[in-house]
Amino acid sequence: MEESTLKRTPLYNTHLALGGRMVEFGGWDMPVLYTSIVKEHHSVRNAAGLFDISHMGEFLFEGREAKKFLNIILTNDLSKLDPGQGHYSLLCQDNGGVIDDLYAYRLSEDRYLLIVNASRIEVDWMWIRSQRNSKYKSLQLEMTDISKNYAAMALQGPNSVEIISKLFPQSATIQKNDILETNFENESIWISRTGYTGEDGFELITPNIQAVGLWKEVFKAGESLGLAPAGLGARDTLRTEAGYSLYGHELNSETTPIEAGLGWAVADHKINFIGRDTCIAQKQDGTSRRCIGFKMTGKSAPPRENYTIFNSCEDKREIGQVTSGTQSPSLGFGIGLGYVESQYAKSGTPIEIEIRNNRFPAEVVKRPIFRKPD
Amino acid sequence: MSDIPTDLKYASSHEWVRIEGDTAIIGISDHAQQELTDLAFIELPEVGLDLTAGDSCGVVESVKTASEIYAPISGEVIEINDALQTEPGLANEDPYGEGWFYKIRFDIPGEIEELLSPEEYTDQVNI
Repeated sequence: MEESTLKRTPLYNTHLALGGRMVEFGGWDMPVLYTSIVKEHHSVRNAAGLFDISHMGEFLFEGREAKKFLNIILTNDLSKLDPGQGHYSLLCQDNGGVIDDLYAYRLSEDRYLLIVNASRIEVDWMWIRSQRNSKYKSLQLEMTDISKNYAAMALQGPNSVEIISKLFPQSATIQKNDILETNFENESIWISRTGYTGEDGFELITPNIQAVGLWKEVFKAGESLGLAPAGLGARDTLRTEAGYSLYGHELNSETTPIEAGLGWAVADHKINFIGRDTCIAQKQDGTSRRCIGFKMTGKSAPPRENYTIFNSCEDKREIGQVTSGTQSPSLGFGIGLGYVESQYAKSGTPIEIEIRNNRFPAEVVKRPIFRKPD
Repeated sequence: MSDIPTDLKYASSHEWVRIEGDTAIIGISDHAQQELTDLAFIELPEVGLDLTAGDSCGVVESVKTASEIYAPISGEVIEINDALQTEPGLANEDPYGEGWFYKIRFDIPGEIEELLSPEEYTDQVNI
C-alpha cells in the first residue's frame, strides 16, 4: 500500500508533532498510539483522552420530510427525538443485513445529522442516494454528504465535563446523547455528549479549518486535568471493554441487528422501515446465533479475531467465532466479542477459545464487559 | 531512538544474544519491544527443547497483536525466565536485563559469528 494513497485528517501534522505512530485504518492514515495503548487507555478511564475521529462521516438531511425519509432507511425511530437529541441507529438492507451503524441527531425541527463509520461513507451514501432516487423522489428534503468538510474529535473520560465546561460552559449541562450547536472562533460547531469508550464524554464536530485550533484549545483546557492524546489502539481496547460493536467485526451485511444484540435500536412499532420483516421475525422467533461478550477464565494468551469458539460440553463442538479480542488493560485478562449458537449465549455459560491449537476456558459475560466499580 | 548495547549479538528477527561460556541468553531488542508496545503475554519454549536456528519457538502478544519469536542460534533450552509469565511488561521495561526470555546451551559456535554485530543491527533498524 502506498502511503500517498491514504487519506489524512486536518490533524495529521498535529499527530506527527505529538509522536503519533501512524497506521492505515479504513483508508486513512491515523495514529494507533502516541505513547502506549495501555497508558492512553488508563488516561481515558481515570482522567481524559482526546481522539481524532475526523475520518468518520457526516451526512446532513434538511427539509419538511427529512424525518419521514430517515425513518424509512433507519431502524430506530426519530420521532422519539426532540430537537437537540440523538440516538444510536442502524442502516439495513432489505434482508436486515447491516450496512452501517451510526448516530442520528435531530439538530432542529427539520434538520438531521448522521455520523457514520469512516470505512462506510461511500457505501452508505450510495445506498441512501439510491433509495432516495428510486422510491422516495417526491419527498421534500435536501441531503448532503459533508464528510470532506468536517473534522471531529472525541473527548472521553471522567474529567471531560470539567474540561469542556472551561471552553463551552453551556455544553457541560447537556444530557447523554444530546447535541448542541455553538461557536468556536466564528465558526459554527456541534458538540454532542456521546462516545465509544464507555466513559462520559463529548464529540466535537467542526469545519476542517478549525480542527487544529480546537484541538489545541481542548488541550490547554485539559492540561491540568490529566488529558492525553489517545490513538485508535486505546479506542479499540476501550470499546471492547464497553462491549460496543465495530463495523467489519461484530457487524457486516451478513449480520442482522437482532443477531448482534442491537434489537433495542430497532423500533418495531414503526410500520415501514427497510429490514423490518427480518427484524420483527427474528425478535419473535429468535436467531440461530447471537453476539456475545466473553472473558478468559484461566491463564492464556489474549483471544483474537477469527479464533474458533467451542462449547464446554462433552462433545466439545465448534459453536462460533471470535470477532474482536484483546488483553483488557482495565481487567488484566483476555476479553472479546464473538458469535455463538444462541443456546450458548446466556451469560455465565462456560465456553472454550482455541488459541494456536490449544483450547482455553472462557465464560460468556454481560456487556459491558468492564464496568467501573461505583 | 532505541538502545542497542555493544556487547551483544543480534538476529535480524530482533532477538539479542548474550554469550556466557557455552550458554547463550536470549531476549528481544529494545527496538522490538518499542514496536510491539505493552506486552500482555509471552509464550516461551519449554526447557529441554532442542532448537534449530530459525525455529519459531514462542509468541509475544501485545495488546494489539501476536508476533512469533525465533531461535537465533541452535541449542537446547536450559532455562526460561518464569517472571515473564506473570510480568510480561518486564520485557518492555528492561529488555536486556530482567526481561530476558530464555537460555540455551548452544551447539554450533560458528552460528554466533553469523549473527549481526551491534553496528549491523543498528543499520537494520534505522533503515
